[in-house]
Amino acid sequence: MLSDYAPIAALLILSVVMSFVILFMSRLFGPFRPTRRKVAPYESGMEPYGPAIRRIPVKFYRVAVLFILFDIEVVFFLPWAAIFRDLGLYGLATMGVFFFVLLVGFAYEWKVGGLEWE
Amino acid sequence: MFGPSETSVIVECSANTTCAVIHSIGTSVILFFVLLTTFAYTTLLERKFLAAIQQRVGPNRAGPYGLLQPVADGIKLIFKEDITPTAADRVVFWLAPVIKVVPVLLVAAAIPLGPDITVPWFDGKWYHLSQGLVDVNVGVLWVLGITSVGVYGVVLAGWASNNKYAMLGGLRASAQMISYELSMGLSLVIAVMLAGSMSVGDIIDAQSDIPILSWYVFQNPLGAVLLAVALLAEVNRAPFDLPEAEQELTAGYHTEYSGMKFALFYMAEYIGMVIVSMVATALYFGGYHFFLVDEAPILGPIVYAIKVVLLLMVMIWVRGTLPRIRYDRLMTFGWKVMLPLALLAVVWSAVGVVIQEELGNTPYTVYSIIAVVVFVAGLFYFTQRAGQPDTDSGRRVEMVSMSGGLASAALRRRDVPTAESERDGTD
Repeated sequence: MLSDYAPIAALLILSVVMSFVILFMSRLFGPFRPTRRKVAPYESGMEPYGPAIRRIPVKFYRVAVLFILFDIEVVFFLPWAAIFRDLGLYGLATMGVFFFVLLVGFAYEWKVGGLEWE
Repeated sequence: MFGPSETSVIVECSANTTCAVIHSIGTSVILFFVLLTTFAYTTLLERKFLAAIQQRVGPNRAGPYGLLQPVADGIKLIFKEDITPTAADRVVFWLAPVIKVVPVLLVAAAIPLGPDITVPWFDGKWYHLSQGLVDVNVGVLWVLGITSVGVYGVVLAGWASNNKYAMLGGLRASAQMISYELSMGLSLVIAVMLAGSMSVGDIIDAQSDIPILSWYVFQNPLGAVLLAVALLAEVNRAPFDLPEAEQELTAGYHTEYSGMKFALFYMAEYIGMVIVSMVATALYFGGYHFFLVDEAPILGPIVYAIKVVLLLMVMIWVRGTLPRIRYDRLMTFGWKVMLPLALLAVVWSAVGVVIQEELGNTPYTVYSIIAVVVFVAGLFYFTQRAGQPDTDSGRRVEMVSMSGGLASAALRRRDVPTAESERDGTD
């Protein structure tokens, strides 16, 4: 089973090695004369003001949590979809129950404003 | 016809260790360099095609018709100064481009580029081998999983730069990519369900019964549309290029990158375009199947390439046509429009498959035709309603997050006051 993935290892090694070669190419061939102003964080020509990594708005965190919930449910669909033709009506009925639970969660999410941005 | 004769020995390549090793290394090298060249020429195609849309000439100085422009760009980037900002986290800053570009290349591994072929070798035997690296049995899962890894590259690049633009760009990109990944996953489920297999090769072969008509885009156009939109958002292309909105964020997460580190991000973006076109072609546009390919399997990659280039041109066309959308609308569109529609599309195909399995092909055809008619009617109704006053709230109905194009066209058509009519007092 795992030997199926052996050819991918060839591509993986090749692409990692080539990416590192490309990565260091400019350092090899390009000029390297850093000055204090040049290596300061870019802020449209102004003096950098304060740290860049600050507190992040909580809505990004909320999106991440929602994503994890729904993505797991999407992943549940995949094995079902692969053998759905054999399951027939039984598969449709059982997945319908799961689907209904998913929809209830989604509707609740929508209702309480979890999907609003701002 | 060119092929092995009755007396020749045919060796199954995957069973022969030497052949398997040569095949995997050879295909990897070919795939890598083909993708690299495609990247270079996709940038040129984009600049030329956008120029044509905007009635400009586009690059035409380097070589005939600007054909050497990608080479010139590459040489220029090699000789640029490579800066690491003082505030940056050095290790992550250097690793992020690699984390972004490697998954993009790896997705291509699971996609077969043509039917199996039988080729002669110098030892007088014929070898039966696959075109494409390997067709793993969970190919769709592979595509879904490996594309998600690219999000790490973006968010780490934004974080490690320690730059406000980069930070915001990285945050935006990651939130956008994970929001649209849900609808992408669900539209992949549709193709898996119709084919009954998670292997990309099986999905492609399941679309070969009738040329063109058995492509899944005709069985579930809603899924195809959703996949196209989600994939555009997934590779941060216009109109979903918020992470790189230059008016707001200079260059987004790769603001601090220069030289070949920047080139790696650029490469990841354009190879990403090619790869998602390959995925969409495989799942909804019949992969390498077309007339003649079954007789001459060597044509498979060529047909595939033509389809991919057509999809790439559609992506560039979209970029040249639609304005960028607002970020809150982007998220609202992803969660409130794309996700429910994707669930609906799954139900559509699930019911269809059950009808086909229980009742046979004729009721399934009837069902499909009815479903497509309902889909087109719904689309028509939706675009007509855009720009019209909503009878309940009195507010104007807007197409959430779609460009002004359709809505403003509807505005012009109806007797809603426009700037000109108000000025002239003709309303």
